[in-house]
Amino acid sequence: MPESSLDIFPPKVKDICSSSIECRPSPLRQSSQSSLPLHRNYMLSTFCTEKNVQECLSHISQEVSSLGLPPVWMESGGSSEMNVVAVLNCIYDLIQLHRRGLRTLENMEVEQLKSSSNLDYLQLTSTQLKEQLELSKRENTGLLERERQLQLKVKSLQNCLKNEKEEVQKLQNIIASRASQYNHEMKRKEREFNKLRERLNQLLVDKKEKKQAIDVLNNIGRADGKRSLWKTEKTEAKHEGEMYKTLLSDYDIRQRELLLENAELKKVLQQMKKDMVSILSSKKPTLKDDQHQDDDIQADLEEEVFDSSKESVELYCVHAREKLTNSIRLQWRRLKSHVERLDNQASLAQIGRSKNTDAVSRETHEEEMDRLKLEIQQCKDFIQTQHQLLQQLSSPYDEEKASLLSDCYMLQEKERFRDEWKTLEEQRKIFERERRNFTEAAIRLSHERKAFEDDRATWLKHQFLNLSPFADSNKPQMSKSKSAFLISKTEASAASAPEKLIKRPSDTTSPTPRCVPLTSPSTAELYPTLCLVPENRSTKPKRLTEHVEESSNFLNGNVPAQHKHWNDREDHSSHTLTKEKTSSI
Amino acid sequence: MNFSEVFKQSNQLCKVSPDGKYLATCVQYRLVVRDVSTLQILQLYTCLDQISHMDWSSDSLFILCAMYKRGLVQVWSLEQPDWHCKIDEGSIGLVSSRWSPDGRHILNTTEFHLRVTVWSLCTKAVSYIKYPKACQKGIDFSRDGCYMALAERRDCKDYVSVFVCDDWHLLRHFETETQDLAGLEWSPNGCVLAVWDSCLEYKVLLYSLDGRLLSTYSAYEWSLGVKSVTWSPSSQFLAIGSYDEKVRILNHITWKKIAQFEHIATINNTKAVVYKEVEKRPAVGSDDLSLHNITIGTTLFNTQSKYEICPPPVQVPVVKPDPDRANPKIGVSTLAFSSDSRYLATKNDNMASVVWVWDMQKMSLLAVLEQTSAVRCFQWDPRRPRLALCTGNTKLYLWSPAGCVSVQVPTEGGFQVQSLNWHCCGETLILLGKDQLCLCYMDTDQEDK
Repeated sequence: MPESSLDIFPPKVKDICSSSIECRPSPLRQSSQSSLPLHRNYMLSTFCTEKNVQECLSHISQEVSSLGLPPVWMESGGSSEMNVVAVLNCIYDLIQLHRRGLRTLENMEVEQLKSSSNLDYLQLTSTQLKEQLELSKRENTGLLERERQLQLKVKSLQNCLKNEKEEVQKLQNIIASRASQYNHEMKRKEREFNKLRERLNQLLVDKKEKKQAIDVLNNIGRADGKRSLWKTEKTEAKHEGEMYKTLLSDYDIRQRELLLENAELKKVLQQMKKDMVSILSSKKPTLKDDQHQDDDIQADLEEEVFDSSKESVELYCVHAREKLTNSIRLQWRRLKSHVERLDNQASLAQIGRSKNTDAVSRETHEEEMDRLKLEIQQCKDFIQTQHQLLQQLSSPYDEEKASLLSDCYMLQEKERFRDEWKTLEEQRKIFERERRNFTEAAIRLSHERKAFEDDRATWLKHQFLNLSPFADSNKPQMSKSKSAFLISKTEASAASAPEKLIKRPSDTTSPTPRCVPLTSPSTAELYPTLCLVPENRSTKPKRLTEHVEESSNFLNGNVPAQHKHWNDREDHSSHTLTKEKTSSI
Repeated sequence: MNFSEVFKQSNQLCKVSPDGKYLATCVQYRLVVRDVSTLQILQLYTCLDQISHMDWSSDSLFILCAMYKRGLVQVWSLEQPDWHCKIDEGSIGLVSSRWSPDGRHILNTTEFHLRVTVWSLCTKAVSYIKYPKACQKGIDFSRDGCYMALAERRDCKDYVSVFVCDDWHLLRHFETETQDLAGLEWSPNGCVLAVWDSCLEYKVLLYSLDGRLLSTYSAYEWSLGVKSVTWSPSSQFLAIGSYDEKVRILNHITWKKIAQFEHIATINNTKAVVYKEVEKRPAVGSDDLSLHNITIGTTLFNTQSKYEICPPPVQVPVVKPDPDRANPKIGVSTLAFSSDSRYLATKNDNMASVVWVWDMQKMSLLAVLEQTSAVRCFQWDPRRPRLALCTGNTKLYLWSPAGCVSVQVPTEGGFQVQSLNWHCCGETLILLGKDQLCLCYMDTDQEDK
């Protein structure tokens, strides 16, 4: 844009140029703007020189005054020097002017752009509209053409129709004439045919050689056994009579049927009437408040009518019938009006009730509703169970279902087993723990026992040594061996299965009552706690004897026998213990 | 249900005597009379030529055998086998022969309907009735046998003559308001004569016994009209089947239409039961399909069939008739009331495989029987509401209000039922094939129990 290039110029020149631009007409502006700066730029060097300052000043002041600004240079002072303030003011004004000019220029340009685009748009629309106009014109001509063609067609079709109609008329005439002709011909032919038949008949009757004949062996009697009668007037009359008789009987039958039907209908009518009367009369007292006089009159009328109708049951005359139908009609009308009135009343009553006794009724209604809902629910449940039962009943026939069900059952069972297994596992763990506790206790006990045994041994040794000073070389050895045995045993049992460990108390206890009369309280207490009540006391002696016998060949029979006995008892106790274990497990 | 063995028969001439005791069948020129209960041959008569028509007299004592080609009628007596009677119509020819209701006269219609000859077997007397009209049903006897109505044509006008059958006295003679009378029929009580015009005009006229015109009924004009007319056994209704595929029911008091039954191809009536015959062919290998097997093996045709109940709407097969042909196959051609007048069975010709059963109390469609092939014949049981029908195959079909069954006729050689007749007791059904016949016994005792 030329404005951007103008910015670098001194403001003065710019002012001039802008002012000059402002007064120029807009179409020329662009071209002038592009040429002017260059022109001015060139003029800048030549406009003001040292020589023509005065002229320049006067020129400028003229120019400025022509622009309507205060004069830059005051001649009144006599001096030719410039009033700087005035000049600056002037310059400022000029700049302001220039700015304003620029702004207006911008606005103008924007406006111009707008208007030009507007113009373009309008031109476009105008061309479009022109095109449309063209198109519609063409269409219009086309339609006109078509209309013309259609009109032509209509005309031709109308002509055709006319022709067709004429044709139809002609054909109808032809048909009619032909039909009459045919009828005539047919009649003629028929007549001819009849003549021919007649002639043929005559000829055949006259023909001698092949006559009609009947050949009967012997005549047969009439079906009714009577002889045939001569045709006389009498018979004719009789036939007529019979014919009328049959007709009469038929009419009689029909009349009887109709009578029956009529009687039935009348009965129905009577019933209806009675019902109507009863309904109307029963309702009367309630209505009496409303319509006193009317009802009285009506009641009288009804009674009268009712009586007359009663009569009509017996009298089947026209008059009675008329009366009956009239009375029925009357009653019917009354009933209709009554029903209508009732309808009105009912609607009124409903409105009234909704105002007055609405709450109560609603409550009861709700109660009833609830009750019914409950019942429905129950019924539904019942139906559901029935359905299920039915399905269960029908399921055995369904193999797929059965397999599915069995699968389900299997799964269920598995689940159940798993649960049981878990509980068992838990129980087993508990037992294990208990057993461990027990073994620990047993170990502790055995240690104690061992200590006790040692003590006892020492004590016995002391006793023995004290009592018999002679045989002291043998016994201590024995006790030693025994104790050694015991220790080995405990060690082994402690290392191996817990069952054997639990056996131990028995063999520890067993020696005590035998060999030691003064039993320690600890062992006695162990019996009930371990459920180890020594059984088979009666058998023990036997066994003992056996063992004794067996071990008789031993050197020192008594002590080994005791050992044996211990072993045996140990076996036995272990047996019972294991038994208990298995049962608990 | 039991079936008898198969007997020979020709021209489908096989009739049970009116008293229900004997069964007469014609085989070529022989007449065989059997006992119905034992099926043993009681009499055997030999006629002069092949029999073209056979009929029992009303008292079951005589049998008439007509040989139309020879113009001969032979009458046989059951009581006296050696008694014989031969009526020769001579060169005048013979087209129809029938018994008078008393069983002592024979009415022969000559060729070209020249006249009706009345032969008396009692007196050998001959009387002639001139100008009989050649039409659908030109002669009708009243149910009680007292009167005969005869359609006549004289001077291009239709007349009806009413004769007293007792002595052939002309009781009434009146002109009818018809263009071209097609038929006449007495009401079962014998008091009203229905007369209808040819199919070109829909017109039904009702005359009293004494010749008074009671009423005229016309449903529409211009298009083809009446095709069939039937009285209900109670004389209460007159059913008129027409070419517009409708049946109109007139009442006996006002002679106005009280109901109209339409035979529509799509049955939407939810109250009607539609029975559809479904065939199940036994699986046949390709080897069995050789010509030899088809011609000899009858098992191929012995297809099983049963009825299935179709829920509405049901589309009934319809054949569009050729409009260029005369007597188009359209419209209600067959009407039959059940013995108690409760039901009406109809057949519409362009729906040939369908039988319609209407309830006369509700005046509505009750059942539709859709067969696999065209229905040949149907007849009501004379005692109970039971309809028997055949379609020209090896099966017999029965309908009753309780349901519908199809029964295979268990005979050798592929017995194809062309026609059927109820025995008057309603317990035996005579099935007629092409040249065979077979009796079918109903187990009514069991059903009753």
